[in-house]
Amino acid sequence: MMRIDCKGMYYRKLNSMIRDAVEEGETEFILDNVNGQRYIGNGINEKVSITINGVPGNDLAMFMNGPALVINANAQDGVANTMNAGEIIIHGSAGDVLGYGMRGGKMYIKGNVGYRTGIHMKQYKKQIPVIIAGGNAGDFLGEYMAGGILVLLGLDRDENTPIAGDYLGTGMHGGVIYIRGEVEEYTLGKEVSVLDLDAKDEKLLKKHLSEYCKHFELDLDELLSKPFIKLLPVSCRPYGNMYAY
Amino acid sequence: MRCDCYIPSGCAVSGIMSKAGERMDGNDIIRSIALMHDRSNGLGGGFAAYGIYPRHANEYAFHMMFDNMEAKDQCEEYLKDTFDIVLDEEIPTRPGAVFEQDTSGRSAECGTQPITSPPILWRYFMDVPEHRTTFVSEREYVVEKVMDINSKFTGTFVASSGKNMGAFKGVGYPEDIGMFYKLDEYKGYIWTAHGRFPTNTPGWWGGAHPFCLLDWSIVHNGEISSYGINKRYLEPFGYKLELRTDTEVVAYLFDLLVRRHKMPMDLAVRALASPFWKDIDRMPKREQKIATAIRQVYGGALLNGPFSIILGYSRGMVGFNDRIKLRPMTCATKGDDMLYMSSEESAIREIADPDTVWSPKAGTAVIGELNWEVE
Amino acid sequence: MSQIPPEFIVKIDYDTCRRCRRCVMNCSFGCMQFKDRVVPDHKKCVACHRCVTFCPESAISITKNELTYKDSANWLPETRQNILKQAETGGILLTGMGNPRPYQILWDHMLIDACQVTNPSIDPLREPMELRTFLGRKPNRLEFTRDGNDEIKLSTELQPQVKLDVPIVFAAMSYGAISLNAHRALAMAAKNSGTLMNTGEGGIHKDLNSYTDNIVVQVASGRFGVTSEYLNSSAMVEIKIGQGAKPGIGGHLPGEKVGEDISKTRMIPVGTDALSPAPHHDIYSIEDLSQLIYAIKEATDYTKPVSVKISAVHNVAAIASGIVRAGADAVTIDGFRGGTGAAPMVIRDNVGIPIELALAAVDQRLRDEGIRSHASILCAGSIRNSGDVAKAIALGADAVVIGTAALVAMGCRVCQKCYTGNCAWGIATQKPELVRRLDPQVGAERLSNLVTAWGYELQEILGSLGVNSIESLRGSRERLRGIDLDEQTLELLGIKPAGIGQ
Repeated sequence: MMRIDCKGMYYRKLNSMIRDAVEEGETEFILDNVNGQRYIGNGINEKVSITINGVPGNDLAMFMNGPALVINANAQDGVANTMNAGEIIIHGSAGDVLGYGMRGGKMYIKGNVGYRTGIHMKQYKKQIPVIIAGGNAGDFLGEYMAGGILVLLGLDRDENTPIAGDYLGTGMHGGVIYIRGEVEEYTLGKEVSVLDLDAKDEKLLKKHLSEYCKHFELDLDELLSKPFIKLLPVSCRPYGNMYAY
Repeated sequence: MRCDCYIPSGCAVSGIMSKAGERMDGNDIIRSIALMHDRSNGLGGGFAAYGIYPRHANEYAFHMMFDNMEAKDQCEEYLKDTFDIVLDEEIPTRPGAVFEQDTSGRSAECGTQPITSPPILWRYFMDVPEHRTTFVSEREYVVEKVMDINSKFTGTFVASSGKNMGAFKGVGYPEDIGMFYKLDEYKGYIWTAHGRFPTNTPGWWGGAHPFCLLDWSIVHNGEISSYGINKRYLEPFGYKLELRTDTEVVAYLFDLLVRRHKMPMDLAVRALASPFWKDIDRMPKREQKIATAIRQVYGGALLNGPFSIILGYSRGMVGFNDRIKLRPMTCATKGDDMLYMSSEESAIREIADPDTVWSPKAGTAVIGELNWEVE
Repeated sequence: MSQIPPEFIVKIDYDTCRRCRRCVMNCSFGCMQFKDRVVPDHKKCVACHRCVTFCPESAISITKNELTYKDSANWLPETRQNILKQAETGGILLTGMGNPRPYQILWDHMLIDACQVTNPSIDPLREPMELRTFLGRKPNRLEFTRDGNDEIKLSTELQPQVKLDVPIVFAAMSYGAISLNAHRALAMAAKNSGTLMNTGEGGIHKDLNSYTDNIVVQVASGRFGVTSEYLNSSAMVEIKIGQGAKPGIGGHLPGEKVGEDISKTRMIPVGTDALSPAPHHDIYSIEDLSQLIYAIKEATDYTKPVSVKISAVHNVAAIASGIVRAGADAVTIDGFRGGTGAAPMVIRDNVGIPIELALAAVDQRLRDEGIRSHASILCAGSIRNSGDVAKAIALGADAVVIGTAALVAMGCRVCQKCYTGNCAWGIATQKPELVRRLDPQVGAERLSNLVTAWGYELQEILGSLGVNSIESLRGSRERLRGIDLDEQTLELLGIKPAGIGQ
């Protein structure tokens, strides 16, 4: 186990320390006093674990391909950007543009997520990315979404805050969004339709949520006690009719 | 000094305010903006501070930049003709300054960039002669003079022109600029800061943020893609936009909307980052009528493109994003008093342990106002 | 016997021709006759393409009659043909549609900006992209008050505004110049697309009563069909002073076109010539215009914007300023390439100025005078595609006006024979058997499609410019650059040459 005090440490130094140690076989890291250091977990291809105490900087876990991250604070913008594999547990809220182009791995957020969560997430064969957020989401959730699973739970929310923002699933043409609660019709992107869950959905949701509950010590039955809705794209080619040839 | 080319820029912004008007030194704001070092590129940094000149609180404090003594002499003649100068002095600096606390850790890795080659930096505390305000208001008079100086005097630039406030800006990393201007020795109740990442710059001191007019100061992350029409919208109202930067328009728009048109601050923000028609169509009647009229009348003032902006003025601090939130902004409070705004949460955590942290909704202003009255 | 050689040669491929005579039935210019087989009278062909389009075997082709005249770069075939025509008749050359001469088209010398890195482009398909536009007078500022409950109230009363979902409206084309079915199609399309059609000066047919919110009614010098009911059956009222194709020239609908229905809408007896004088005889100066504007406002109880349409002439900026100060809520400027149902060729081809320069001058003049917000500017006169629309809006127009493009969408082939009343496509005609050819439903759909497509394309342009609302493009000349333009033209347009940054 390697413990690093990150106070006043420039990200390049921190990340190269981690990369060097990984190369030498280190598998477990605890980073203390993290504040704003960018790119933690970026491009690491080993299944190491990194615990982050403090607010990590932007592009956390970008291009990440294997590690498991635990963040004991909020995370900023751009987490899991173009991530390929691995796991991210965030014990706070996260910023904007989470999981941009994410094509594998899991990201569990305890709190809220910002604008454009899951934008252009995609799946290919067995690589199916999963994002589960415990709170509410900003506008453009699942924008351009082309694959993967997005789950929004809306826990600990005051009545005036909608569970998801406006332009929900706009441009969505693949994947699925599950939302624990109702969304207003006018907030939906024109490319999505709202459906009830079938048995297959219930099974899938249960599988991912039980894992989610373990990380945050939540009660699965209670999570499942409220009905979910499912958002699916109307078409995998939403703009096929827009062009003249 | 003046640059003739337009400079787009990315950036970092940060702001601190004590709503109770408690004055704090510049160390915190420097540390906060220093943490976001990598959001700027060493080609511009600056600060606005409010409450820093209590002994001259009733005089207009002009922070001036001059290319040379000749420019200074010429401008001084003009200032003597148009104002009553109460006091003028060099703005104290530490030439070659660097920020040594190094919160981001970068300088240890990559070296420092001490602040060099500043223009002549001078400040003037001035009254408007009474007989000059027969036909125009005092503030209108000051605005006219600022426009005059910036457009007619070569090698001269008004960095700020408000009362009991000042802008401190230049070419360099913001934390180093802060040390250069000895901001650790000033005390203010509002501080805003900006680190600049222009794509191409001839290193023009006047081009750094904040942009100020009277007590308005703007720091801005992003780019105003609607600059062309905002400029043309402002010109008939007498504003001269010659600094060739998009941020300038924001300061003037606030001056026009809030000072001259007397719009409440929240409605002014609604003009600059208005709700979408889709949302207006769903509003209750009274609100809808206001929002529709604002868009119809102030369409040329709509700011479009990616931005997060912090406006400072004597009575408060306002932060807001573009309508679809293309630039980041995190806000935080501590107790009833402290309000923080920043491009990144870590830049707030660097200097405070806030009670609440949130990201404001796109196009929605976070307005912090002083608990007491100030002119 | 005329000496004028045919302009076109019609070729029939007799091997594939089935002799179905559809071409004969479709030809409204009497060119196709049937004597054992189809025999074309080349001299009568106007290249309207009706026969070509409807021949089931594609057996007909039309070519230019190339070798008729000996080459001269100066005495062009068209020039000589016109002289022959006038030598034979002693008459004014009459023509239809817009100026076809190869004047420089300034739209094609302007290029639009786009975002790269320093500011992002915005995805128009997924993110909101607003085209909504309001026509009408706006104050320079709004005033607010707080009521007893500390609620903010708007104390400024705004003048009437007309809402457009897209900044593209249909041009004034009178019932008379075009058919009732064409009018129906325009009205339906305007309603579908959230925009406006313009009745022109021929009054309004009762069948269009349900389209009131999408209709601009025109008051021109002939005052045909103008009643207080007519004025009130509209979203906006337009005073027509001039038209780009024929500045300073009146109009003339020949008596043979004034049938039963037209007689009703124009409120003149069947068979009478409908003459529109060159000037309004109650407007001999600008203060008279103001008098008429307020007469209309009184008649409509100040519920509708009043617009004034002028052709783009040398002094257009000062004229527009006067119009705005006279109380107009909108100004339509029609450039010298604008279309017409009938105009003297010498006027159409030689009078007026390009809309691009006129628009730039008017927008700048109104800004210089601080009255730009007092009136909307509509830009007309050969807007050919959405690129032209974007450039016009960037130069300062609130919306553009499309006439010829709308006609082409309905089927017009720009054969320029509108004034003959023989329009084979059922558009510029009153002959019942021809009018029938235009199905208003189909026409409306085609028009709506055009507006929808241009709307999408405008959104693409806005997105590439990194803005999500049309008001951030309107007047933003910074986003335009000129190529192959001289310095003075650039200055008049208020744009920089390509290659210069911001």
